Amino acid sequence: MAKRIDVSDLDIYYGAFKAVEGVNMTVEPRSVTAFIGPSGCGKSTMLRTLNRMHEVVPGARVEGKVLLDDQDLYGPDVDPVAVRRVVGMVFQRPNPFPTMSIYDNVASGLKLNGVRNKATLDAAVERSLKGANLWKEVQDRLNRPGGSLSGGQQQRLCIARAIAVEPQVLLMDEPCSALDPISTLAIEDLVAQLKEKYTIVIVTHNMQQAARVSDNTAFFNLAGQGKPGKLIEMDSTQRIFSNPSEKATEAYITGRFG
Amino acid sequence: MSESSLATPGTSFDADLTGGRSKARGAKNILAAVLVSACFAIALIPLAWILWTVASKGLHLLLDINWWQQSQRGITSRTDGGGAYHALVGSLITALACAAISVPIGVLGAVYLVEYGRKGRLARAVSFMVDIMTGIPSIVAALFVYALWVTIFGFERVAFAVSLSLVLLMVPAVLRVTEEVLRLVPNELREASYALGVPRWKTILKIVIPTAFSGIVTGVMLGLARIMGETAPLLILGPYTKSINFNPFSGNMAALPTMINQDRTESLQPAVDRTWAAALTLVLLVLLLNIVARAIARFSAVRDR
Ligand SMILES: Nc1ncnc2c1ncn2[C@@H]1O[C@H](COP(=O)(O)OP(=O)(O)OP(=O)(O)O)[C@@H](O)[C@H]1O
Ligand SMILES: [Mg+2]
Repeated sequence: MAKRIDVSDLDIYYGAFKAVEGVNMTVEPRSVTAFIGPSGCGKSTMLRTLNRMHEVVPGARVEGKVLLDDQDLYGPDVDPVAVRRVVGMVFQRPNPFPTMSIYDNVASGLKLNGVRNKATLDAAVERSLKGANLWKEVQDRLNRPGGSLSGGQQQRLCIARAIAVEPQVLLMDEPCSALDPISTLAIEDLVAQLKEKYTIVIVTHNMQQAARVSDNTAFFNLAGQGKPGKLIEMDSTQRIFSNPSEKATEAYITGRFG
Repeated sequence: MSESSLATPGTSFDADLTGGRSKARGAKNILAAVLVSACFAIALIPLAWILWTVASKGLHLLLDINWWQQSQRGITSRTDGGGAYHALVGSLITALACAAISVPIGVLGAVYLVEYGRKGRLARAVSFMVDIMTGIPSIVAALFVYALWVTIFGFERVAFAVSLSLVLLMVPAVLRVTEEVLRLVPNELREASYALGVPRWKTILKIVIPTAFSGIVTGVMLGLARIMGETAPLLILGPYTKSINFNPFSGNMAALPTMINQDRTESLQPAVDRTWAAALTLVLLVLLLNIVARAIARFSAVRDR
């Protein structure tokens, strides 16, 4: 199920602008990897290259390799649509489909990919909502619109939607930044559970969160305005937060800059 | 405005909360309110006047069930009776044929502009053409279709030719509205769909268009309401008849505007009454389309509560 990601010599561009440069990293299966770093250093950009969402932006492209269990995601005959079925994504702001009910939101990935069987869908919806810790709250109102939920519930709905298609990797871009502390905790607990099945990469601005949920942490930084962001170091979270090898990492983590 | 003292940095709040509302400002406020209301009332006068005139002179015919069931066949300007069924049917058939062509072109064109063309050269060219088409007077559209349909192809003047000329007016209307509502669909929804491994075309079909659906329908309805009242294409391409005709491809077909135009020149009371009644029917039809558009917009609007 869960897959390992190997990134080598990755440069990421928006048109002529090089946003991220020379990334080499390995993301272990069934682990949580946190991306941290100051705003604009390219965490989201980096994350979006892992499921080929980056190229949705006009003019955006990458150079280098991203291997998912030995398969190059940017290989010549790889279909980005197929990649995104394997590598799911949760966004910073909850974005349930406004025309759909809670049920349909969760089932949307399956339905839009051609699954019609009602029993299969019912089972997937229940399993995903339970997986996202939302089942108890919504089980008796599955036909209500997705937009009728609170922000934290909507975000968990989006997580349910993402795991309903059974991806092997789950990318989360600041999934808690729009949420209150209680919803945040709910999502952190969820991440801890999900990592038993999925490989998870999470972007966060919250140091405590990174320390709490992740096994490994990657610190990104950029040399200055208009310069590309770089991966400064990546190590086990415990090491990054107790004894990082780079000065910049220590400075960032202790809050002396960024 | 004296409220600005609240926003001025450095001004303490308790200093100037009550003192700002001077007498002069109160007077100005009243003056502005009166002016605005007066302008509104003035704008309403012609509207109310038209409605009143048309209703008071035509309503009694509409209350007769025959008006909705009979044509004018065999009825002269001297005789009472008959109805507007033939013209109502003709107007609806002409409009529906027009919509059947315009809606796909307009919606797909807008999808191209918003989802695929972005700011490419072709998209800009299309956008420019649509701007020009928006400004085409209906008589020019009608003459264009006449030149094509009658002069070049040698076909008869039929209702379908009228529909074709109305297409030239309706496509830009539908396209512009659709374009606007498609742009309002947040990009996050498209990304959410892509991230589920849904291909682009399916995302557009199943996520983007449904989200914008009520807006598109409203645009179509308003476009229909607009072309229903167009008269020049009918005068040039759609000769009037007093009989019922369901076939837009052959024979003459009546329409409400040409029915009005037909009886307009008569001085005898039955014909005059029918003129007003047909006018009222047209107004009601357009009103109905507007109401339906609003109802759809309200009830199928994005569900959030
Ligand atoms: N769609 C885009 N087009 C062009 N440049 C972009 C685009 N998105 C991001 N960038 C640029 O790429 C760089 C990295 O941005 P990115 O959003 O990845 O940063 P980030 O680390 O996620 O920041 P934050 O913590 O604020 O979310 C920035 O310089 C940004 O201006
Ligand atoms: Mg970001």
